[in-house]
Amino acid sequence: MDFGLTDDQRDIQRTARDLLAERATFARVREHAEAGTTDAVLWRELCELGWPGIAISEENGGQGLGTIELSILCEELGRTLAPVPFLASAMAACVIEQAGSPEQRERWLPGLASGETIGALAGAVDGTAELVIGGAEARVIVLVEDDGSGRLLAADDAEVTRVAAIDPTRSAARVSASDGAGEALEDGCPGLGRALVAVSSELVGVCDRALEMTLAYVKDRKQFGVPVGAYQAVSHRCAQMLLDTEKARSTTAFAAWSADANPEGLAEAAAMAKAAASDAGREVTASAIQAHGGIGFTWEADVHWLFKRAQLDAVLLGGSGRHRARVAAILADRIGASTAA
Amino acid sequence: MDLTFSPQETAFRDELRAWLADNQPGEKPPADAGEDAQFAYRREWQRRLYDAGWAAPAWPTEYGGRGASQSESAIYFEELGRARVPFAANTLGLLLGGPTLMVWGTPEQKERYLPPILSGEEIWCQGFSEPDAGSDLASLKTRAVKDGDEWVVTGQKVWTSGAQYSKWCMLVARTDSEVAKHKGLSYFLMDMEQEAVQIRPLRQITGEAEFNELFIEEARIPDANMVGGVGNGWKVALTTLMNERAGLGFALQIRLRQLLDDIIAAAAEKGLLENPLYADKLAELHVRCESIRLLAWKGLTDAERYGQPGPEGSLVKWLWSDTNQRATQLAVDVIGPEALVTGTGWSYELLRARGNTIEGGTTEVLKNIVAERVLGLPRLKVSA
Repeated sequence: MDFGLTDDQRDIQRTARDLLAERATFARVREHAEAGTTDAVLWRELCELGWPGIAISEENGGQGLGTIELSILCEELGRTLAPVPFLASAMAACVIEQAGSPEQRERWLPGLASGETIGALAGAVDGTAELVIGGAEARVIVLVEDDGSGRLLAADDAEVTRVAAIDPTRSAARVSASDGAGEALEDGCPGLGRALVAVSSELVGVCDRALEMTLAYVKDRKQFGVPVGAYQAVSHRCAQMLLDTEKARSTTAFAAWSADANPEGLAEAAAMAKAAASDAGREVTASAIQAHGGIGFTWEADVHWLFKRAQLDAVLLGGSGRHRARVAAILADRIGASTAA
Repeated sequence: MDLTFSPQETAFRDELRAWLADNQPGEKPPADAGEDAQFAYRREWQRRLYDAGWAAPAWPTEYGGRGASQSESAIYFEELGRARVPFAANTLGLLLGGPTLMVWGTPEQKERYLPPILSGEEIWCQGFSEPDAGSDLASLKTRAVKDGDEWVVTGQKVWTSGAQYSKWCMLVARTDSEVAKHKGLSYFLMDMEQEAVQIRPLRQITGEAEFNELFIEEARIPDANMVGGVGNGWKVALTTLMNERAGLGFALQIRLRQLLDDIIAAAAEKGLLENPLYADKLAELHVRCESIRLLAWKGLTDAERYGQPGPEGSLVKWLWSDTNQRATQLAVDVIGPEALVTGTGWSYELLRARGNTIEGGTTEVLKNIVAERVLGLPRLKVSA
């Protein structure tokens, strides 16, 4: 067993971290969040580096790398809250590649891989998704219903209304499609598992950054003559943040590996990852605000951006409750199968 | 990333699995058969393991082991857990005493003590904790005073598992009270077969007595039985403690897995997996259990490959103990009130699990360790 990254994967991680540390500082994130814009300059740069197509197959215009590589980029983008439409586009590409027809793949994937086309993916109820991340800019939108049926919509085929979500680092929209609109995708929407890995990875990055910021703060901030991080009420909270983050990280890594190496185990692994990452995202970023004290509740302390990103990601494609229900259903099926056999 | 076993590891696992399939220990004595019967059963089981070369695969071949890698050793404990066989009678000797001697013992000590540890002929126990020195182990008060070529030891120890069956006790005592508390300790092998050592069983909340108190009144230990030299006891003790969590964790993790599988099976039979409240709780336990498995393996393989353990080690015991308590508690709801009848496995596990967050480092101490050593947070100075 080896949980380590290959040299190439490590290079991708290091390059991404260095680049984003420079280009996606909190000052930049704040600027775009307050203006309600995405960072077009950064997005162009990421496109030139081939990021949007990292996990799209070469025949469809991508780099043909794996889910682990996609996961690495999502985590780094999550750490910095880069205001780019990467996650939404990548999730849409995951599903179109595996649940789309040859025509659909040919039509959409090259553009998604180059970044010229922006995509979005969201869970919908009867054709309506109330909050589609990246939806306002997307030219292609995938809507997935609770029963696993999916539809592919060109933006013109749907009613798209920009909405202001609490996380302004990415655009959001309400998307509604009439009954006959769009094209059907393969039943069960294969590719969703990889999309879940992508969003879980982003949540891991958000948690990691929230913990990092919190540690820096509680080591520095002094009350009663000592750093507040020396108090166990605070330090044990930080330890809990690490535990939650590592639970999310380990299950997400397992899901990413499953997507590439053990696809039959992906449905369960992805549900476990999203359940753990959704909970961790909420808990860890909430703890980060609490550990920052009064300053954590202010607009100028950047920790709230992490909380807001985590809130949107946690409900994206279903929250932890939904995914635990899925895990329970898989466990029940397994028991049923072994009893029948 | 490759989350599968190597061909060599798979071969190791298959060989052990095949051996376990052919060599199940006999019928476990009934719960009310008493401590002695239980211990005899585990001693017999260790003899079987020993005869087949499976008592301590992680030991180097020169000491009678197989020189198994850390991963193979973890597989060993996973497989023992999976086969639901008991722990070997001399688990403390095999996991703690032997490896500590391999690091700190003299050639004579290794030659004298290692073989009977492996065979189970001489059982070992651990004399570290004291009534006033639990988490703060280095404040222990048991004294050892030099008298010719012997040490005279007086004090009290607690939580000593298997003391009544033991020949040797890994004893940490204060040999110098003038120096800083960590520096005045020495590590001894104390012969338990002497009048000066009195053993009193400590009945625990399960009703059984896994542990004992030791009352030591001028016990004599030859100088040759000191391990690691005078004043070096804290370092030697740390070697013992580091080994405490390594292997056993994998067996405990598999036992939790099996317990959870049993609970899930019982829930399925009662239709409770379709009940959203139960489904949610059981799925959460399943996610935690998988996360424990992944974190345990990640900690081990990262240390093995990259020489540097990540933060996982400190997290696994915390997460495992908390999850085991939740699982045994949920079991009562799934099974029903009959789970609380004395003598059932469910009631035993429920009660025994309360010890999990205390033994081998309380959860509170583990959080301190994570905060200070992993997260680098400052430590609050407590005035003595």
